[in-house]
Amino acid sequence: MNRIIIKSIVILVALFIWGDSSAQQVAKSTYGDVLLKNATVHTITNGVVEGTDVLISDGMIADMGKGLSSTSATVVDCSNHHIYPGFIDGGTTLALSEVSSVSLTNDFNEIGDFIPQMQALTAVNPNSVAIPVTRVNGVTSVIVKPAGGVFSGTASLINLVGYTPAQMDAGFKAVAMNFPSAAKRGRRDRRSEEDIKKDQEKATKEIDEFWDKLRVYHMIDSASANKSNSSLTYQPEMEAMLPVYRGEIPLMINVTKDKDIEAAIAWVEKKNVKAILTGVTEGYRVADKIAASGLPVITGPVQAIPGRSEERYDVAYANAGIMSNAGVKVALRTNDTENVRNLPFHAGFAAAYGMGVDEALKAITINPAEMFGVGDKYGSIEKGKIANLFVSTGDPFEMKTRITHLFIKGWNVPIESRHTLLYNEFLERSPGLQEK
Amino acid sequence: MIKNITLSLLLLCSFQILNAQVETGDILIKNGNVITITDGVQEDTDVLIQNGKISKIGKDLSARDVRTIDAAGQYVMPGIIDAHSHIALDVVNEATDPNTSDVFVGDAIDPFDVAIYRALAGGVTTSHAMHGSANAVGGQCETIKHRWGVSNPDDMKMDGAPRTIKFALGENPIRVHGEGNRIVPRTRMGVEQIFRQGFAKAQDYQAKWKAYKANPSAALETPKYDLKMETMSDILNGDIIIHCHSYRADEILMLVDVLDDYGVKKICFQHVNEGFKVAPELAAYGAGASVFADWWAYKFEVYYSTAYNATILTRNGVVTSINSDSGELIRHLFHEAAKTQRYGDLTDNEALKLITLNPAIQLGIQDRVGSIEVGKEGDIAIFDKHPLSVYAIPQMTIVDGVVRFDIENDNDDIRIDIDPEEKISSFIDHHAETEADRCMQDVFEYFADQKQD
Repeated sequence: MNRIIIKSIVILVALFIWGDSSAQQVAKSTYGDVLLKNATVHTITNGVVEGTDVLISDGMIADMGKGLSSTSATVVDCSNHHIYPGFIDGGTTLALSEVSSVSLTNDFNEIGDFIPQMQALTAVNPNSVAIPVTRVNGVTSVIVKPAGGVFSGTASLINLVGYTPAQMDAGFKAVAMNFPSAAKRGRRDRRSEEDIKKDQEKATKEIDEFWDKLRVYHMIDSASANKSNSSLTYQPEMEAMLPVYRGEIPLMINVTKDKDIEAAIAWVEKKNVKAILTGVTEGYRVADKIAASGLPVITGPVQAIPGRSEERYDVAYANAGIMSNAGVKVALRTNDTENVRNLPFHAGFAAAYGMGVDEALKAITINPAEMFGVGDKYGSIEKGKIANLFVSTGDPFEMKTRITHLFIKGWNVPIESRHTLLYNEFLERSPGLQEK
Repeated sequence: MIKNITLSLLLLCSFQILNAQVETGDILIKNGNVITITDGVQEDTDVLIQNGKISKIGKDLSARDVRTIDAAGQYVMPGIIDAHSHIALDVVNEATDPNTSDVFVGDAIDPFDVAIYRALAGGVTTSHAMHGSANAVGGQCETIKHRWGVSNPDDMKMDGAPRTIKFALGENPIRVHGEGNRIVPRTRMGVEQIFRQGFAKAQDYQAKWKAYKANPSAALETPKYDLKMETMSDILNGDIIIHCHSYRADEILMLVDVLDDYGVKKICFQHVNEGFKVAPELAAYGAGASVFADWWAYKFEVYYSTAYNATILTRNGVVTSINSDSGELIRHLFHEAAKTQRYGDLTDNEALKLITLNPAIQLGIQDRVGSIEVGKEGDIAIFDKHPLSVYAIPQMTIVDGVVRFDIENDNDDIRIDIDPEEKISSFIDHHAETEADRCMQDVFEYFADQKQD
């Protein structure tokens, strides 16, 4: 009898737990003051400090120093652990696509070549299964970026916590542009050298025409700024480009081949716009020229094969370091969707192949934050910044290292994802081979 | 004139004969941290390779007139083995029939593919050059050694390695045949029937030949020779190892059932993203699993995946390897193996086994490669740091005692055969490619051509 009662209680408790956790993808994040005690803090901007406490309060890094105390905070002992600022990926389609081979789940590539008004933020799916998978590796913010055409749409920086795009918005936008390229689009691109050149010239001409129109639109808009009846008709692509034209937000100019990079630099100087070069696959060939231009670069993926069959095998690994050593401000990107979680490993490869650990860390923290004009809020462990950070057992570039705690905008995010949940369920399957 | 032609032909023939001799070498690697895989890590130890084979492992070894490499402070491990690759191939898919067991990947080897050198620069000495996954029963595969520098395709082959064949389940054969060609299979039900039909017909075929051979004079006619049926018969006889592209747990169990019905035991599942869900069944059948470290969600059948797959499979007793299926991933399989220490808790040796001894077992070459043991082939990768560290850089890769990659002699342009038509500046933006799935290489080109015709 007792046995049956105990059994029933066990089943009831199990049902309760199951019922509680199955309704959501992962456990809920929690909010509140947390005091991380006695950690090795990798501030990025002020070196590495040992035996230091970090107080998270109201979503911010409220204090940092030795021997902090708080009456309200939950205390986490971080002895022998490390604190790093959350990593930032400078270019992804995370949450814009769920299953890349299923076209109806892809929301990053709208029809049209001049469509800067298309907002990536609109298509962000806060419940994408890949979001928890990504953040448990310490990636707390990513650029979500439209692709295709010439002006593909508007990219946004998002934090990987929240249930609406507005909650995730980290306050930076840029218009994504594909610079007319002389590169082959994959191995199966059968265009002749001549055709490629013609396509490139045509695209360049179209951009010039678009820009002339934009200049006129800007003039009319400026002239009618204080009048109630604007004579401008509805032109969303022009409206979306105005802040670019006026230097209020940057263009993210995707460019790959060496000659294209040089052409893009010249174009930016001529148009006098704010710009960030992205991709920059062959930056190592023209690193000094990029440095001289002063343009920042978001490059990657680092783990990639060379664009030319005759190139050294490691050019993609070394590219970020070569540019950085030449004086270019470099950030990294995975250009991925479901495996943005590999960002720290891409950074590790860049570090090993010439960039060095410190610069590689900056390339996924403070450098992108500064490029996006949010360097005062993100990218380092400093008092007064937003609490995007994680606690780890060691160097987060090393695969063996574990992330033990994760905070995004002060939310204490569980180290849980579909991948960990399946692990827990199937490591020792029940029923196993036998039914009983 | 004729004399000249004859002479050239003779020269060509002798050249071919000379070339068919696989080059082996002697080499002494001194004072490295030797990761044997089968006998722990031996610090400050020497490895001597003679005539392409490991002849001695120990301290203070010496050998006369042998190139000596100082590996002090470095890590010496067995050459990495990739159980799933499509490098060094002219073509990957013969997508024209749901069963193409009569074609051989070994007929399409390209020894000049620069991907071979890039793989060597990642410490990989052996790879399983596989047919694609367009068909339920694909072509026969070839286990190759990365002897970069040879020009005879046959010199790439690992002579004597067991025969293997590609099978494929799920979306790819369904897409190509059901959706593309409007023939069976259009569903996972149809895929099962392709196998059952193939094996049943092969049994008939075997019976006919057996009867004929027992009493040729009684036969009305000689049975017709059929290469597909020969291949299917060889699978039934246990002469060929099946390597089956698969993702979902249900289809994996389906093939296990089919094979069980026909008494076929030699099976290694490839990709097998949902292998973790049926790990006890795989272990019980003795099936191998060759997985990605962390690829998932790029198509629907891999949406319910976990990067902990390799760990779960290993802990359940399945012989597991980590493969590349990619000319990029093959360059850092050591890094992919290390991910099992983020996603799971495999020991260093367990993690490294995933890219050495275990793939060797899956290819049936474990007596020859996959560990550093006396008598095994002299295939070695040397790293500056522990190969499971993200900062490890391969320094030297040795195949049969011959140095095929040396970071000190890594020249700017290492291509062997340069197409004079190709412009030196032909930059390819690989990220602009749409089909991420190497297993489907050439297939949609084939459809595009069909539409044009």
